[in-house]
Amino acid sequence: MALLRITSPHTHRAGQRTSWVMQMVILATVPGLLVQTWLFGYGTLINLVIAGITALVSEAIILKLRNRPIGFFLKDYSALLTAVLLALALPPTVPWWLTVTAVAFSVIFAKQVYGGLGNNPFNPAMVGYAICLVSFPVPMTQWIGASELIQAGMTPSFSDSLAAIFGTLPTIDSYTMATPLDAFKHKDGLMASEAFASVPGLQAASLSSWMWVNLAYLAGGLVLIALRIITWHTPVALLAGLALMSGIFYAIDPSNAATPLFHLTSGAAMLGAFFIATDPVSSCTSNRGKLVYGAGIGILVYVIRTWGGYPDGIAFGVLLMNFAAPLIDYYTQPRAYGHKKAKKGLTIGGEK
Amino acid sequence: MSAQDTLAPDTPVEETPAATGPNYREILYNGIWKNNPALVQLLGLCPLLAVTSTVVNAIGLGLATTVVLLGSNIAVSLIRNYVSEAVRLPAFVMIIASFTTCIELIMQAYTYELYQILGIFIPLIVTNCAILGRADAFASRNPVLPSAVDGLWMGVGFTIVLMLLGGMRELIGQGTLFADMHLLFGDMATSWKLTLFSDYPNVLFAILPPGAFIGLGILIAIKNYYDEKEKQRIAAEQAGQEKVSRRVRITD
Repeated sequence: MALLRITSPHTHRAGQRTSWVMQMVILATVPGLLVQTWLFGYGTLINLVIAGITALVSEAIILKLRNRPIGFFLKDYSALLTAVLLALALPPTVPWWLTVTAVAFSVIFAKQVYGGLGNNPFNPAMVGYAICLVSFPVPMTQWIGASELIQAGMTPSFSDSLAAIFGTLPTIDSYTMATPLDAFKHKDGLMASEAFASVPGLQAASLSSWMWVNLAYLAGGLVLIALRIITWHTPVALLAGLALMSGIFYAIDPSNAATPLFHLTSGAAMLGAFFIATDPVSSCTSNRGKLVYGAGIGILVYVIRTWGGYPDGIAFGVLLMNFAAPLIDYYTQPRAYGHKKAKKGLTIGGEK
Repeated sequence: MSAQDTLAPDTPVEETPAATGPNYREILYNGIWKNNPALVQLLGLCPLLAVTSTVVNAIGLGLATTVVLLGSNIAVSLIRNYVSEAVRLPAFVMIIASFTTCIELIMQAYTYELYQILGIFIPLIVTNCAILGRADAFASRNPVLPSAVDGLWMGVGFTIVLMLLGGMRELIGQGTLFADMHLLFGDMATSWKLTLFSDYPNVLFAILPPGAFIGLGILIAIKNYYDEKEKQRIAAEQAGQEKVSRRVRITD
């Protein structure tokens, strides 16, 4: 149970309880949440409530089935954090049952089936997100557009958001628009400059609203680094990997590739870099390992965004690198103080 | 390949009928529950995971597998004393392949659409380890009648799991049950389709193979749960009996 008390670089904030760490991460998402609500309507807030309730209920049910103390584990806020991350990642208009499915799957199958907090090999929130993206591609790729560009001319009101989530809002199409990443992916043979001039999803208003969302998450992430809850390695490596890949391909072929700035400020780049990839359970532990892990995600995100089947690749990039995290950790064991050389890789035939 | 390699270490392989003759109830219990090919031996997972997206696919493949299992068990049992140890596996595979070819031709003749849906998984019945496993572990050591019964119940046990899994995945994936049953049972079965949710969004995840893995995992978990409960019940009963006998000793 020692793992439950502190997060993984044990020198940082030693003695702080898991619940404090989780609360701080949840609080750090608030700027992003507010900007997202301001720009895309109340859907995210409603999703947050649904997701939170689902997470706590499903966690409690599984803990009861597993004969574990319910109150103790519910108070560590980890289920709530999974719910918050999912609510932020899901589009604001998804039907309520989709949010419930995603969160319940995350908590039950991605976390509790493996043995609860600290034992899950994959990021629970991203497992739930990936399941829903594979199962329900249409509602999962419908985003609210920037208010200047959509037919309705404004973000959906509270009642319209509720109607979209709990029933069928016939006019939902007047609010939705392709995200910049989606629009750029399906520019259908247009040159990049033509696409930015003509495709609605790539207009300045759309780009800037996504940039504000990403900047808000960046601010929240910097707070987490300042509080020493996460280290800088994973996010910096992730963003550097993404920027490097997009920079190389932009330099080679500027008429078909988007700028690094576009890739860094659209989609879930910042949310993924600071809040999702830094999950202490499923990511790498050593600092050099975190660099490799983050860079791997950044490269994969660019590959999936550019050549893959889905507009954004944070979820799949994180899940794929979660597979690799134990291996990376084996090869990046740090040198213990006073020892000559670190052991690298698996030692076959016993310890030396 | 012997069945022992693939069984869990603590799973007793039931062999050689007792001197009192074959125990058919035991064979039945083994096939359906205790040594179920899909839930306990975990054999034949490839077709199990691939074709159980609807109930009708599951029944189709389950029936085909059962027929092959029954036929191969009988044939293997008939020749068990004439085949030397060295060539027994090739001989068994030949027998299984012949029965599979028969069933493939029959399905092609009578249930052509289902034959097309199941596709490669009908010829692949040959490679179903459950069949070779039964031939090697049971039929090659037992007389004809017990072998036939064993083949039948193992096949039924396999089919039941296929149907449960198919039902689960069809219900979660499409919101229906028993859709397209006319492919197997003729036109009268068209009306068997139950639409439990109208306007249901297809959950692709349940229809794709990962859904089958999770579904099978849940079925195995449920079975283990009941086994565990049964074990506890028996343990409690025995503890109670011991207590009684101890008291008797004290009063003595």
